[in-house]
Amino acid sequence: MTTLETILEVKNLKTTFKTDAGDVNAVDGVSFKLPKGKTIGIVGESGSGKSITALSILRLIGSNGQTKGGEILYKGQDLLKLSEDKMRKLRGNEISMIFQEPMTSLNPVYTVGQQISEALMLHQNMSKKEAHLRSIELLTLVGIPSPDKRVKNYPFELSGGMRQRVMIAMSLACNPEILIADEPTTALDVTIQAQILELIKDLQDRLGMSVIFITHDLGVVAETCDYVAVMYAGQVVEYSDVRSLFREPKLPYTIGLLKSLPRHDIEQTKLEPIKGNVPSPYNMPVGCRFSPRCPAATDLCRTKMPLLETDEKGNQVRCWIYSEEWNGESEVEIYGETRIAKGRGAKTVLPD
Amino acid sequence: MSEETVNVPVTAERINPRLESYKQFWRRLAKNKAAVIGGCLILFIIIMAFVGPWIITTFTDYRPNQTDITNKLAGPSAAHWFGTDNFGRDIFTRVIFGTKLTLYVGFFSVFIGGIIGVIFGIVAGYYGGRIDTVIMRLMDVLLAFPGILLALAIVAVLGGSLTNVIIAVGIFSVPAFARVVRGSTLSVRKLEYIDAVRALGASDFRIIFKHILPNIMSPIIVQASLRIATAILTGAGLAFLGLGAQPPRPEWGAMLNEGRPFMYEAGHVALFPGLMIVLVVLAFNIFGDGVRDALDPKMKK
Amino acid sequence: MTKYIIRRLLQTIPVLLGVTILVFSLMHLVPGDPAQIVAGEGASEQTVNNIRERLGLNESIPVQYGKFLTNALQGDLGSSVRSGRPVMDEIGSRFWVTVELAFYSTIVAVLLGLIAGIVSAVRHYTLTDTSIMVVALFGLSMPNFWFGLLLIQWFAIGNWMPEWLEFIKMRPSGWGDEWRQVILPVLTLGTGGAAIIARMTRSSMLEVIEQDYIRTARAKGVSERLVTYRHALKNALIPVVTVVGLEFGGFLGGAVLTETIFAINGMGRLTIDAIRTRDFPVVQGTVLVISVIFVLVNLLVDISYRFLNKRIDLN
Repeated sequence: MTTLETILEVKNLKTTFKTDAGDVNAVDGVSFKLPKGKTIGIVGESGSGKSITALSILRLIGSNGQTKGGEILYKGQDLLKLSEDKMRKLRGNEISMIFQEPMTSLNPVYTVGQQISEALMLHQNMSKKEAHLRSIELLTLVGIPSPDKRVKNYPFELSGGMRQRVMIAMSLACNPEILIADEPTTALDVTIQAQILELIKDLQDRLGMSVIFITHDLGVVAETCDYVAVMYAGQVVEYSDVRSLFREPKLPYTIGLLKSLPRHDIEQTKLEPIKGNVPSPYNMPVGCRFSPRCPAATDLCRTKMPLLETDEKGNQVRCWIYSEEWNGESEVEIYGETRIAKGRGAKTVLPD
Repeated sequence: MSEETVNVPVTAERINPRLESYKQFWRRLAKNKAAVIGGCLILFIIIMAFVGPWIITTFTDYRPNQTDITNKLAGPSAAHWFGTDNFGRDIFTRVIFGTKLTLYVGFFSVFIGGIIGVIFGIVAGYYGGRIDTVIMRLMDVLLAFPGILLALAIVAVLGGSLTNVIIAVGIFSVPAFARVVRGSTLSVRKLEYIDAVRALGASDFRIIFKHILPNIMSPIIVQASLRIATAILTGAGLAFLGLGAQPPRPEWGAMLNEGRPFMYEAGHVALFPGLMIVLVVLAFNIFGDGVRDALDPKMKK
Repeated sequence: MTKYIIRRLLQTIPVLLGVTILVFSLMHLVPGDPAQIVAGEGASEQTVNNIRERLGLNESIPVQYGKFLTNALQGDLGSSVRSGRPVMDEIGSRFWVTVELAFYSTIVAVLLGLIAGIVSAVRHYTLTDTSIMVVALFGLSMPNFWFGLLLIQWFAIGNWMPEWLEFIKMRPSGWGDEWRQVILPVLTLGTGGAAIIARMTRSSMLEVIEQDYIRTARAKGVSERLVTYRHALKNALIPVVTVVGLEFGGFLGGAVLTETIFAINGMGRLTIDAIRTRDFPVVQGTVLVISVIFVLVNLLVDISYRFLNKRIDLN
């Protein structure tokens, strides 16, 4: 991974929201790297801060949210320090985004063509006519039949899957370097989901974009991503290449997530859900944020927040088990799997 | 951030959900500046309406209908804060005495219109079908008379008096309530638990009063407070046309009407009763806006 | 769409029928004998009987209604018991006076209201926004007849009026249909209506700004200005359309007050005069005509709303 060029690096990103009940740290020190031409998946439950992370990259978090700290390095420049004007020139041009709700993400009073053309005219100085022709090309590219007719349609005349294709066409209009896809398939039917995923993958291969893929679906991650950042309660808790993650997830949370998925490659007697709830953002645990739910949690976990530690392969994990300070057992059983702890203080359990 | 909802942990102990929702309602209301200001203003006006006349009659010699021809159409002074009218009556005293009348029109007409409208709305929304069609067409007919016209026509027939104004403005308020209540009833009725309650054998009457009505109280309250404002304006308009409370009752609209011929010589005659109407209507509008914002979580940031 | 228009037209028929029934019943809801009331207290029995005959009150109520309806459909609304002239003639040119007044007021209300609402929404939660909304709240809470009186006082008799505004100054005599005399009544009605439209536009804009497609536009790199005027405004204005019809109707109904204050010889004043003289056929006539216009205008508004909203209808 060190050999690959990094196109985007998020460092210690912090985004907070003002609410009636006080400030909420929706994103609390998130870091990850996006290698050029690769896809990184950001996985997490609702409320883990993954969408906010994506919106923070484009600086679109709205008026009641604020990015309080960290850096977002795109080609070496910190996006958080750019003027609004320069940032606007990047949006939809070099970095573009597609959203979860194709039904409501298109402006109902403009035709599909007008909406695709807008970005082209804005960033590429195309004339109305050029933009129109390019819009038809783009609609063809995303696999919309009879694009010369569809280009004049209003969003209400299209199905959800079609609208998501239009969204993709719109985001690809200016050949972006980075595409951020925020749960692009969640609101669609299963068969359509597969088509859209296929389309994004295919377009990435052809256009050589880097993709940030936000999802709660580990199945989608396995299919589309090269790297994965698992988020929990506003933090990245595990970062890994996708093979390692699925072969040997390290974090108890990730193990739990994978164990709660139905699988067809091995025999399962039952699915094991993770017990408990995501912590309230108003009342975060002092130590590891997963500790109240973690089957392997010790007093250390409950009182001190673990750091994100990098291993020799460049994979990262935020867990005391893999740190020098671990003082629990050396072989830890988590959801039926065994992990070897590292800590010097680990007690060796004598084999019976 | 609709998707990023906050997960509030469920507390173990059981609490009375209705009491809890009332408490929450008050908390939200107390947080809403507009609602608090409007509420205080209304309270102040109510106190003024009922305590004011008593104070004046007990501690001063001013009377609402006491004329003083030698001192007519006098501008505001220390003796007559709001000046005097064409009969030399003290306008301030009359305004204070008239507050009650304005509140009567506002409250009673909305009470009448509210009750009838809520019944219509619930029945239409709950039973649906032909009953719904008939009721809502009837409401459409009432709504076909724009603005003050319906109330005007009713008063024209019944004759001008405070009671008739209350009746007319009450009828005028019915369709607004019926529409809002029907809409809310429809959405509550769709909830699954209503089906569950019905499956358990609850009567329609019980379902309506125990389950639907409590759930649609918020829109009714909002509608009522905004409607009182409209009712007061309409009532004052009718009185201004000479179709409401008859002279010499110190009704504000009627006072405006009486002061109109002298407006050129003595502007204050028409100024103060109008200002009072603005004040009262403003109070109810502010309060209504505030309650709506407090009750409507969608509006909350 | 055609289906919707037809359905909407069919829906209008029972409403219009209901309106005629209600207007017809006006005379029969009078406590006591309508003929006696029309004739006045001191009238001889002969006069009362004559009036009863002329109003057709001797026949059964369904027959009376049948006649009322068929006559009304042919444009015959009976005749005034005071002047003896057909009600339609009494209304005559007064019809246009009132409709014009309502029309101009609607234009003023829409223009003023939209500008205020948009400015307020664009600068939401600033001093400008708060000031506009406070003014709008006052506008909403002000009896328009009182505001009209104040305007008359300021413009007609105030000596402070600047030279260039002299032309608005009203003269005690010389009411005609010169356009300048329309200014004050239109201002009176229009500003009240503007308050409602301003509030509605603002809240509609603020709601639209929260929509997903606004975020999409921003993600495309569209500037805040264009987001507001190109993406938000067009969507925000659609619900405002519905208010326009209601406002127009409100102005028609409100004419009874405005025309009284400004001594305008329109249908509103005719209604009030007829009520005062208990000239019920005239009251019925004006109320019916105003309601029918209102119903038709609303029909038009509903259809155009549907047309505009077709694109938005998500489900």
